[in-house]
Amino acid sequence: MSTESLRIVWIYPDLLSTYGDRGNMLILARRAADRGIPVETYEVRSDQRMPNSADIYLIGGGEDGPQALAAQRLLTDGGLHQAVNQGAAILSICAGYQLLGHSFYAKGAKCAGLGLLDITSDRGETRAVGELRGDIDPRLGLPPLTGFENHGGRTHLGAHAAPLARVTGGIGNDGQTEGAWAGKILGTYSHGPALARNPAIADLLLRWSTGADRLTPLDDTWSERLRNERLAATNAV
Amino acid sequence: MILTVWQLDVTFASGTLAGVTDGMPLIAKVATSVSKTAAALSRAAGRGDGSVIGGWIGLKIDPDLLAHLAAGRAVALVSGTNGKTTTTRLTAAAVGVLGRVATNSFGANMPTGHTSALAKEGHTPFAVLEVDEHYLAQVIDQTRPKVVALLNLSRDQLDRAKEVAMMAQLWKTTLAGHPDIRVVANADDPMVVWAAASSPQTTWFSAGQRWHDDSFVCPESGHPIERSGGDWWCTGCPLRRPRPQWVVEDEGVIDPRGDWHLVKLQLPGRVNIGNAATALAVAAEFGVRPIEALPRLSRVASIAGRYAQVDRDGRNIRLLLAKNPASWLEAFDMADQAPTLLSINARDPDGLDTSWLYDVDFSPLRDRPVLITGDRAFDLAVRLQVNHVPFRHVNSFDEALRSVPPGRLEVIANYTAFQDIRAELDRVN
Repeated sequence: MSTESLRIVWIYPDLLSTYGDRGNMLILARRAADRGIPVETYEVRSDQRMPNSADIYLIGGGEDGPQALAAQRLLTDGGLHQAVNQGAAILSICAGYQLLGHSFYAKGAKCAGLGLLDITSDRGETRAVGELRGDIDPRLGLPPLTGFENHGGRTHLGAHAAPLARVTGGIGNDGQTEGAWAGKILGTYSHGPALARNPAIADLLLRWSTGADRLTPLDDTWSERLRNERLAATNAV
Repeated sequence: MILTVWQLDVTFASGTLAGVTDGMPLIAKVATSVSKTAAALSRAAGRGDGSVIGGWIGLKIDPDLLAHLAAGRAVALVSGTNGKTTTTRLTAAAVGVLGRVATNSFGANMPTGHTSALAKEGHTPFAVLEVDEHYLAQVIDQTRPKVVALLNLSRDQLDRAKEVAMMAQLWKTTLAGHPDIRVVANADDPMVVWAAASSPQTTWFSAGQRWHDDSFVCPESGHPIERSGGDWWCTGCPLRRPRPQWVVEDEGVIDPRGDWHLVKLQLPGRVNIGNAATALAVAAEFGVRPIEALPRLSRVASIAGRYAQVDRDGRNIRLLLAKNPASWLEAFDMADQAPTLLSINARDPDGLDTSWLYDVDFSPLRDRPVLITGDRAFDLAVRLQVNHVPFRHVNSFDEALRSVPPGRLEVIANYTAFQDIRAELDRVN
């Protein structure tokens, strides 16, 4: 952590907050506080400067117009790039995931992304809507990913990004892989409050940011029940 | 099945349709008759309330049936994300001052439902129809309404519904093409104002807007919308809150002449005073004065189970429907400080995605006993935990009933969960 409190920034909730994206900020803050880690959360709107000194940045899903606008503003602002250079972690979701790459499509036009992840995105022939499931990269040491996806994009990974997961249900990037990660940057098509079903990813972000090897276990009875129910539901499809 | 309906219809049709179908083409007469018969059969078979199937069959026989049935009636349409069913019911009650009103009071708000409602009621001088947001253009084309009321637009079932801005654009284009229609619209919702301003004939009402998350950004210019008190304006273009002619104030409504009227309702919550204000504004376009309409509004007790109260085993159960983030906030406002059961499903009519749970702040429920149930109770459990709201999970409505003391039990449920509980209570209306 760069200061005595863990600082979490939610990027542009005025543009990118379509599917309960606030949930990820609430869950991270709750899981930090439950371990006695002081935490501060900031919602940074698109007409404000992006601070470069926070520990975790969250960027969520949205429509084409707001997505293109958010990418433009983040490129002009530069604060997020500085934060990454200083070791900040990012959790990016859907539209937010796409715009971290080299390029993406919005309203039929190719748009420049932030180039923070070695990925490019284009349009699929069909919209991917439904339960999403995958086995997460073993190097991250996490249980299976479960989520709900709703996107028209397809994402292609370059050599400097690894798939977050191998798809075992749903579409993700292309039906084979889902999401991407490199360094402390995570991206996923598991939309909205992705951390609700994947508290282990929340804890990974907290470990990255605090430098702790392990965190005090929390009572995750309800999260486990939810995970088991949703993973089984994907099986049935 | 179709064949059976036709056969039955031969004996059913003759005596019942005089008046309704006078002047209609033969195919429309036949379609109307079959439509009514199918609805009656559906009800008799216990398969539903007949508010969809009749219209569906009727429209199969005559695709213009809705237009034929609407012809000759003065029609008001009511659309928006939330409050449609209640506002339609209140508006029908208010317009009822002038004569008989056909209305789709079961919330069947697509053209099949409209067709059933008009066929069932026979000839009436008036019709007040609730319209699903997506179908407004089509239903305007077919029913040629005198008045269209636009309540609000917010996120609702985004895994398949159109986005809020796209819906507003659709309305805007539709209304620009019908300058003869009087539009009664909510001055407090920037999306609605933007859409309605394309009409040359608008009446604005102010019913308040608790939910702002879908109107941070101006649909015209893309600039942020600023708010202060009840006012709002775009920081980058001339779009701003119009001055409303009908305003909710305290427990009443101020009319365009400046007179304040006490609104006494059996329905709970400030949101329903807003719905009543809308109903009064629409009825006024038909020539109904508030003072005539208000006694009728006060007699409305529940709407297709919404707000219904049922006494069972010493518990007074009240049913509140909450379908999306904006309507959950309204439900918390209406619910008494009493044990509260929350039930969540994610079946087709609800939308399959439960992400919206994180758009709702459940903290108003912290200091009361909370029970949770439904297909997606675990999603809700995790959400409540993050929100510091203690809860207990129950496996059924009966278990919920047994685990609260005698007295009031508030039930807040989303669409199919609400219907499940309503079925347990013998389809209470």
